[in-house]
Amino acid sequence: MPYLFNTPDQKNEMLETIGARSVDELFQQIPAPLRLDRPLDLPAPRCELELEAEIRQLAASNANTANRVCMMGGGAYDHFIPSAIDEIASRGEFYTAYTPYQAEASQGTLQAFFEYQSLICRLTGMDVSNASLYEGATAVSEAAFMAMRVKNRYDRVVMLGSVHPEYREVLETYCSNLPTEIVTVPTPNGVADPDAVREAMSESTACLVIQHPNFFGCLEDAKTLTDIAHEFGALAVVSFDPISLGLLQKPGEYGVDIAVAEGQSLGVPLQYGGPYLGILACRQKFLRKMPGRLIGTTVDRDGKPSYVLNLQAREQHIRRDKATSNICTNQGLLALRATVYLSLMGPQGLREVAELCCQKAHYAAEQLTQIDGLELMFSGPFFKEFAIRCEHDPTEILEKAQAAGFDVGPNLKQFSTIDSGNGFLVAITEKHTKADIDRLVNVLRG
Amino acid sequence: MRNTLATQSLFELSHAGRRATQLPECDVPARPLDELLPAESLAEAPPELPEITEPDVIRHFVNLSTLNMSVDTHFYPLGSCTMKYNPKRHERFAGMPGIVDLHPYAPESVSQGMLQIMFEMQQMLGEIAGLPAVSLQPAAGAQGEFAALLTAAAYFRDKGEDRRKVLFPSSAHGTNPASAALAGFETVQLEESPGGLVSIDELQSHLDDQTAVFMITNPNTLGLFERDIKEISKRLHDVGGLVYIDGANMNAILGITRPGDFGGDMMHYNVHKTFTGPHGAGGPGAGPIAVRDFLGDYLPGPIVTQSEDGTYQLTDPPKSIGRMRSFFGNVGILLRGYFYLRTLGPDGLRAVSENAVLNANYLKALLKDVLPVPHGEFCMHEFVASAKALKTDRNVSAMDIAKRLLDFGFHAPTVYFPLVVAEAMMMEPTETESKETLDAFADTIKTIVTEDPEFLRNAPHSTPVNRPDEVHAARNPVLQWVSGPA
Repeated sequence: MPYLFNTPDQKNEMLETIGARSVDELFQQIPAPLRLDRPLDLPAPRCELELEAEIRQLAASNANTANRVCMMGGGAYDHFIPSAIDEIASRGEFYTAYTPYQAEASQGTLQAFFEYQSLICRLTGMDVSNASLYEGATAVSEAAFMAMRVKNRYDRVVMLGSVHPEYREVLETYCSNLPTEIVTVPTPNGVADPDAVREAMSESTACLVIQHPNFFGCLEDAKTLTDIAHEFGALAVVSFDPISLGLLQKPGEYGVDIAVAEGQSLGVPLQYGGPYLGILACRQKFLRKMPGRLIGTTVDRDGKPSYVLNLQAREQHIRRDKATSNICTNQGLLALRATVYLSLMGPQGLREVAELCCQKAHYAAEQLTQIDGLELMFSGPFFKEFAIRCEHDPTEILEKAQAAGFDVGPNLKQFSTIDSGNGFLVAITEKHTKADIDRLVNVLRG
Repeated sequence: MRNTLATQSLFELSHAGRRATQLPECDVPARPLDELLPAESLAEAPPELPEITEPDVIRHFVNLSTLNMSVDTHFYPLGSCTMKYNPKRHERFAGMPGIVDLHPYAPESVSQGMLQIMFEMQQMLGEIAGLPAVSLQPAAGAQGEFAALLTAAAYFRDKGEDRRKVLFPSSAHGTNPASAALAGFETVQLEESPGGLVSIDELQSHLDDQTAVFMITNPNTLGLFERDIKEISKRLHDVGGLVYIDGANMNAILGITRPGDFGGDMMHYNVHKTFTGPHGAGGPGAGPIAVRDFLGDYLPGPIVTQSEDGTYQLTDPPKSIGRMRSFFGNVGILLRGYFYLRTLGPDGLRAVSENAVLNANYLKALLKDVLPVPHGEFCMHEFVASAKALKTDRNVSAMDIAKRLLDFGFHAPTVYFPLVVAEAMMMEPTETESKETLDAFADTIKTIVTEDPEFLRNAPHSTPVNRPDEVHAARNPVLQWVSGPA
């Protein structure tokens, strides 16, 4: 066992100090009938060398971006990750530390989270950001719960049909033992129709949940929809793509109350869906209703500027069943990655990434739709992702791409809550070259 | 020594015109942006992010990292947190091509390796729990609690029962009542018995046909095994309720006893505690749940199943409560747990708990004269000492000792939790600490308690800051950089 220190001699010395005859005696609190009388049925141990060989083999049977091109979207994207991020996030002083409850022993982490909050505020144009949540879908649910508390309206949440179907499923799960009704506004044209949204809203609606750009990659008329939410006294919750804010208006600029996002694009690897980064920022007046951890500045005994966990009185370890959420963690290491990412990109870099995504996605859409049988599913503007409609089930097309080393999708058929016929998503990032796109087009044409 | 640049904020380091990244030229025919996107949706300027070069970014964050205590640099006996060593091999394995860069919607045909690992992880967690049905979805222990409570609610609804009450002891983690409230249940807190264990009489007085779930941590937060757990479970089952085991303290009982065997119906794991996913300064963790067979159909999906031909696929349990989060789960953390279990095997895993319990009892014995432990003769993997006498005799608090420990290069124990012990100091050395470390730590505490009380009340003396004013922070919240801290 490579991680245990005590030698047999030391164990005996320790037992003597304790006043016990054996290690087994230390377990005497556990009644004998409750003890397991056999070894656990687990695989035999493997040393590092053996295990590495095995994992390498299993990993090789998975798709990877080193020898394939990943143009898959649907909420997780193959963006470029600068090397400096791994270098910083792999420092043990960051990743093996705990929640910074002892501020004196955690100023590094606290300052990094404070900088994260500051960057998210600047990115979104919102007043306050927490220090992160689990991921994009739970961030939407937390925002909806927060809106219910703010408005004291627990009956109804309205969500657009163009929001990521898994985000909707999560909110439904979160509300499954509550009387809250979740109303979905259909979006047959890929974006919301303001009149249909108005119809679904009511005076008892806590919030309207918008995704912009949405699940299909399309831009919503976010300002109009935000205004509609406010007409009914509800909060406007917008789930945004952080990369898109290199080009698009900030949620704060069009009046959003709670801005949430999946932050995976900000330097977090795909790693089969998690862990990712939940972003949540809001207006100042809702501060005390926010879920999650907050870092603030203060002064220490000597008047020295310092950082601390702030407003903990909202949290579960103080307020128990009256807390703003049950969350006990943030995604610290991923918030750190996002902080480093935004620092490395700066305003110009983020803009260039966004422009590259947008230009290349439009080129890809143009080329792909020249293939017989493929057309854009929706006519509205899109940012880096778009939906393609096919004449038949797209499985065959996607398999053809896959055989040639291109992972494209997801196939929209896999989402039971979406009724868009035969279609699939394509997501283009700054990593994809014209040659990649042309090659895919040739494969699908042939 | 550091100069003042070292801890300047990113915003102070910024200079217009500097940058760290270079991106490729656009290699497709570029079109005017306003042809691609509606003019009214465009920002006038990109967000005001700092403008910094890569060397400055590196120096900034490396300097910040050195202001932290961490498992890699310090003994971190933080009770209830299981701050054990995080093996380096896990970081490398989790970063392999095909693992770190696999898209969550990659077809099953090109994800078989990943699905096999996750399937085996489900199997192993089911065996360790003695609860065979496992969902790896929950993103953290608290989300695991929430998922299990929704699972219980779905089960009762399916049976046509409307049960509204969730019970928990007063020593429960704050997440237990918070999760129960979030799931729409009424919460009922039980009073602690004098011995620090759940009182069966007190429990019985709250049990009725409205009782849905009893949430209990075993071993409990005092480091004691609830020896009546079988009877407690029986009482719950007699009224048709379920027993939830908060798995935060699983490190004490791996391979020794199993929640499924001592009466639990559902539990969550904290993979970042028990199975060495690093804590990441507060996350990410992973909170998979394991339940009895009859609850398996309600679990959050997707889960991994294996076909007769040996291939793996993602499946939703037939009566699933639905998703808890997007995609599969916190795979990156689950993988680290998987690597750990595969390294240890059954005997190694049992040895982990034996050594964790030995270390805790040894430290407890070393400290008993200066920091007595009010509850229990032996403890499990952690214990709660009390500084009450020191507070009374010398006006030295648990917090004073905790802060002074930082000066000696030891992280502080958990203080003031659980609330049922006055001046609580909750210590969990874990199995990955040597006798020498425990001796040095105990010697340090023995030195500290002889120091001048005034000096202790002003500790720490050598850390970058000294007792930041939390009340001031809460009264005037400054939560983003404006013109400099405070």
